[in-house]
Amino acid sequence: MANKIPRVSVREQDARQRATNFEEVCYGYNAEEARLEASRCLNCKNPRCVAACPVNINIPAFIGKVNDGDFAAAASIIAEDSSLPSICGRVCPQETQCEGSCILGIKGEPVAIGKLERFVGDWSLENGGKSAVQADANGHKVAIIGSGPSGLACASDLAKMGYDVTVFEALHKLGGVLVYGIPEFRLPKEKIVAREIASLRDLGVKFETDVVVGRTITIDSLMEDEGFDAVFIGSGAGLPRFMGIEGENLNGVVSANEFLTRANLMRAFAEEYDTPIYVGKRVVVVGGGNVAMDAVRTAKRLGADAVIVYRRSEAELPARVEEVHHAKEEGIVFKMLTNPVRVLGDDKGWVRGITCVEMTLGEPDESGRRSPVVKPDSEFDVECDVVIMALGTSPNPLLKQTTAGLDTDRRGCIVASESGATSRQGVFAGGDAVTGAATVILAMGAGRKAAKAIDEYIKAKR
Amino acid sequence: MFKIVEKRLLADNIYLLRVEAPRVARSAQPGQFVIVRVDEQGERVPLTIADYDVESGLVTIVIQTIGVSTRKMCALEEGDSLADFVGPLGNPSEFVNLSAEELQRRHYLFVAGGVGTAPVYPQAKWLNEHGAKVDVIIGAKTASLLIYTDEMAKVCDNLYIATDDGSRGFKGMVTAKIKELVETEGKQYDECVAIGPMIMMKFVTLTTREYSLPTTVSLNALMVDGTGMCGACRVSVDGKTRFTCVDGPEFDGHKVDFDEAMRRQAMYRTQESEANEKHEHKCNCYGK
Repeated sequence: MANKIPRVSVREQDARQRATNFEEVCYGYNAEEARLEASRCLNCKNPRCVAACPVNINIPAFIGKVNDGDFAAAASIIAEDSSLPSICGRVCPQETQCEGSCILGIKGEPVAIGKLERFVGDWSLENGGKSAVQADANGHKVAIIGSGPSGLACASDLAKMGYDVTVFEALHKLGGVLVYGIPEFRLPKEKIVAREIASLRDLGVKFETDVVVGRTITIDSLMEDEGFDAVFIGSGAGLPRFMGIEGENLNGVVSANEFLTRANLMRAFAEEYDTPIYVGKRVVVVGGGNVAMDAVRTAKRLGADAVIVYRRSEAELPARVEEVHHAKEEGIVFKMLTNPVRVLGDDKGWVRGITCVEMTLGEPDESGRRSPVVKPDSEFDVECDVVIMALGTSPNPLLKQTTAGLDTDRRGCIVASESGATSRQGVFAGGDAVTGAATVILAMGAGRKAAKAIDEYIKAKR
Repeated sequence: MFKIVEKRLLADNIYLLRVEAPRVARSAQPGQFVIVRVDEQGERVPLTIADYDVESGLVTIVIQTIGVSTRKMCALEEGDSLADFVGPLGNPSEFVNLSAEELQRRHYLFVAGGVGTAPVYPQAKWLNEHGAKVDVIIGAKTASLLIYTDEMAKVCDNLYIATDDGSRGFKGMVTAKIKELVETEGKQYDECVAIGPMIMMKFVTLTTREYSLPTTVSLNALMVDGTGMCGACRVSVDGKTRFTCVDGPEFDGHKVDFDEAMRRQAMYRTQESEANEKHEHKCNCYGK
């Protein structure tokens, strides 16, 4: 019986050692381990994992090929639905998607679908196994705004269909959140992200960095002056949120975006880079999502004692289970059911601590999660010299302000149909710019849907 | 890569660079800035735009060597390239939205301090071209630190120089000069625009408040991305937190919390001076 084999555990860097470096935590499966793990799949008639995958990868089929040792075939199967398997295998919340619905998970442990996807993706990068079929150039130009997951996925599909694609990136490096947000120890930049991008270059996709659409150029100038037939907006999540509490502008309070951008994009942890970063001795990170985990683990690696403060309980942490587990192994302290009410400063205006209250869980709110309620008279102080706010983002108003007729919703997110069409003809959108902060896989899925819609739109126009 | 076609030393430690950046040159307006990165290891440094020309595709920036990155920039020569040059960022000055008639009726007083004189130039030039009356005070500690005086003289109605030591022009602070213009000479201005060190802008706003003279300031807050992503540049304006990069860089000077802004600007000073010392040490070693 295949399912009698226990889930093949994955090799990881020792927790104490990795808490002091930025090398990748998880080493991933080797071929032998991957084949053994793949042999556990029951190849269900009605695979629930496929339905639970935001881009519906044919999971049993690719796992079957891994089991056979035909990794190139496995890569081709994944490539039909996903353009970034090495990345998604590392950062998808598998426990709530594919693995969360695996039949084996009911009584035992689900198949390690994420780790197998990662194995196939990495194998493919190593061995050039992605045999993308590319149509002849059709002479139509499409502009992509943003080189994050949605933009890259959209660009990849359109290039394969024969479009002349240019990606415009505001920052100096390509990859969006994959580069400025997700740390090196979770997603290696040179080994993985840069190579996924290089494979898009091989497809003929052009990239222009240092271009802020809405400032350097506009959507209108792209379509009217530069001859682009369609534009895809994948500009990402936007402005970091703060709590609006006393003391939030003290020196030492930063957004997770700032902290992570300094560390990841600007490589502040590396001696030879000039960008400064301030970690102090004790860091409190406010929030419970993946960004909070990334920030707290980065602070730890930079030498600080690092604490997570989250207003609900551990069961409600929105972060991936694996990240929470890794963080605990690395010595991160979790203060659950705790919410800051003010940041305390010294006489020079620097953070010296944070006052928190204890919370209890009350009735479920509209998100279905039990909403936190303040326990009376429960104030207490936590000493720290840095506070990192990881509370999500609100949309960047720039494209809305500079593009006439582009509708946004009450929150400021761009309004787009299921296929990505916006209120402006020829302008499509997807990813966090539409949904608010979400996941890499959802953004990638939106980029691919929009690519299909852009193709249909341009064909209909011809 | 963005090629430097001209480099000039304007004053002690202040350099002018003209850089090939056609997309930026085409879109730039008064009041906006760029972010420059010297090389792969360099910081992203926000710098004000001193001039731009659509035809040649050139953008002029003026840099004071303060930290490692700005020193590395100024060590480059004509023909060398900057790794990154992104912009124009921030909102253009509000006056670009005024009608021709309104502009012709208005009298502006610019107060420029130190390296902040450079971004005043495109604003004064634009207003002058559009028929507004423009007076400019340029302030510096001493005559050798003055920049852009000849250029500025060509684009304004009255240019006043103020130096702390009296080595050129009026002896005293720019605030004393404002006082003289308004109180002694009876000048009537519709708006004051102050660009320079935070401390100067603070005292200019304190002075102009006495005359109820609306005053715009351009804040040089710390930034990383400059597009609204990091929030490093947040500043309290009228008790509300605003982002300098997307909401500014220009704000109503009478509503800005300057003390907080100055404190926040110093956030990385320790690391910066350590980096500077290290850089100096390295440079000395290379020399040997």
